[in-house]
Amino acid sequence: MTATPTPGAAPGAAPLGSLDLSDSRRIPFTRLVRVELRKMADTRAGFWLLVSIVLITAAIITIFFLAADESDRVFINFIGITATPQGLLLPVLGILLVTSEWGQRTALTTFALEPSRPRVLWAKVAAALLIGLAAIVVAVALAALATVIGGQDGAWENIGADDFGNLAILQVSGLVQGLAFGMVLLNSAGAIVAYFVLPIAFSIVANLWTAMRDAAPWVDIGTAQGPLAAGVDLTGEQWAQVLVVTLIWIVLPFAVGLWRVLRAEVK
Amino acid sequence: MITVEGLTRKYGAFTAVDDITFTAEPGRVTGFLGPNGAGKTTTMRVMVGLTRATRGRVRVGGHDYAAIPNPGRHVGVLLDASAQHAGRTGREVLTVGARTMGLPSSRVDEMLGLVSLSDEEAGRRVRNYSLGMRQRLGIAHALLGDPQVLILDEPANGLDPAGIRWMRGLLKGYAERGGTVLLSSHLLNEVQLIADDIVMIGRGRIVAQGTPESLLQDVGTFVRATDNDRLGTALTDSGIAFAPQGKGLLADSEAVAVGRAARDHQLTLVELRPTDGGLEDLFLELTADAQRDDLTEGAVR
Repeated sequence: MTATPTPGAAPGAAPLGSLDLSDSRRIPFTRLVRVELRKMADTRAGFWLLVSIVLITAAIITIFFLAADESDRVFINFIGITATPQGLLLPVLGILLVTSEWGQRTALTTFALEPSRPRVLWAKVAAALLIGLAAIVVAVALAALATVIGGQDGAWENIGADDFGNLAILQVSGLVQGLAFGMVLLNSAGAIVAYFVLPIAFSIVANLWTAMRDAAPWVDIGTAQGPLAAGVDLTGEQWAQVLVVTLIWIVLPFAVGLWRVLRAEVK
Repeated sequence: MITVEGLTRKYGAFTAVDDITFTAEPGRVTGFLGPNGAGKTTTMRVMVGLTRATRGRVRVGGHDYAAIPNPGRHVGVLLDASAQHAGRTGREVLTVGARTMGLPSSRVDEMLGLVSLSDEEAGRRVRNYSLGMRQRLGIAHALLGDPQVLILDEPANGLDPAGIRWMRGLLKGYAERGGTVLLSSHLLNEVQLIADDIVMIGRGRIVAQGTPESLLQDVGTFVRATDNDRLGTALTDSGIAFAPQGKGLLADSEAVAVGRAARDHQLTLVELRPTDGGLEDLFLELTADAQRDDLTEGAVR
């Protein structure tokens, strides 16, 4: 109670009342990313979401190991089975990364400490990408462990760098899509519902409406991304379809979300 | 130093802040006083770049806030003590701030000590904090970066009398060392206790500013007649300056002279009183129009 803070006065600088900024540097981007990573794990919800991604990945591999025929206990199957649960949970992480700042109103502090909102958002994108890659590393490590335990001949065959690449594209795009939906809606529940319901609803409509059926691979994200999860080599047309759905479902919402966050009044 | 020049902020047809100009001087605690909804928070949000100004500008220490690199090291901000993640511990809230600003974690302990949050309290999640504890945490957060300017929105809200006294000591000491403090409040006696200068705002406009002493000196006589227009003429004839205020006029003279002027013109006065009843009367009068629940108005309608 006795101590009082001394305002940091720069010695011999600037006239009274004006701030001397000569020694000040912008907050390095890497530091913003580290802080965003920390913020993902420092609440119970965030921490357990991360833990559950690891646990569920381990659980699905264990279940597959026990349920599958011995001959199916090969690496490509183990890694493939992790795609679904991670693909469900990682986007939620991306959504919460943005929406928790608005729901809990910490954006007030975040943007007061770094007034450049694009820098904060890009730091969140970078943090999301790092977490997405870490999740894949966990999946690969656990799949490898299961493969070793399975001990099948030729268990490591048919694996190429492109398989890891496809998996990375799939999971990272899901994360960024979650981020984008979070930025558009700025509300956790709304963004999570929209993220899961919209593509499904769209898919149903596309399949009922015959005129749309042919176009589905070009506009329906589930259809277009299907081959990425299947561990097959994509044709040029399929890559083009992945690109188009990425533009529609990820880049477009991201742009709208960016526009919204940059303009929104932080309450 | 904080300078606000001709600041206006509109929301559609609603003008939240209407062409306000004032300065918060270094070495002084400036109290930003006004009823709820008067535009204090909007003004402070514009100061730190969270809300855009429709017109006018704000400079903090001679700079645009958004142009200050690592602003937490120069300007301490507390806009809403409740705007903290409920799931983080108090210590974690400060740690996130310290990491962002690039400060050692020892600074977190220093600040916790400064605002008297114990280790046990700092380890609790903010969800379980009282409003007073949140305010202390918010003040600790604002002071983390060792800033030269403090912008605090309703920092005394939720503090008990001892807490308010503690904050007065803290902020006075801070200002004496050359810091600039701008704090808002909707409670007059809070501001009277803490501030060296007062800026009063009502319905988006500044209605008075100065030291508490000068604001008291300036007041004259509040007078209301059945016909205020003729009363104005009467005052002018007697050479008494006046300004409209609320439902009457604030005359720059003693009650005796105002009463004589009214008598000479055979006017019926409804109210005649010297406005020397302390800052509180002044505050209530100056902001009467701006009060959301004006009882008198409500009764008439």
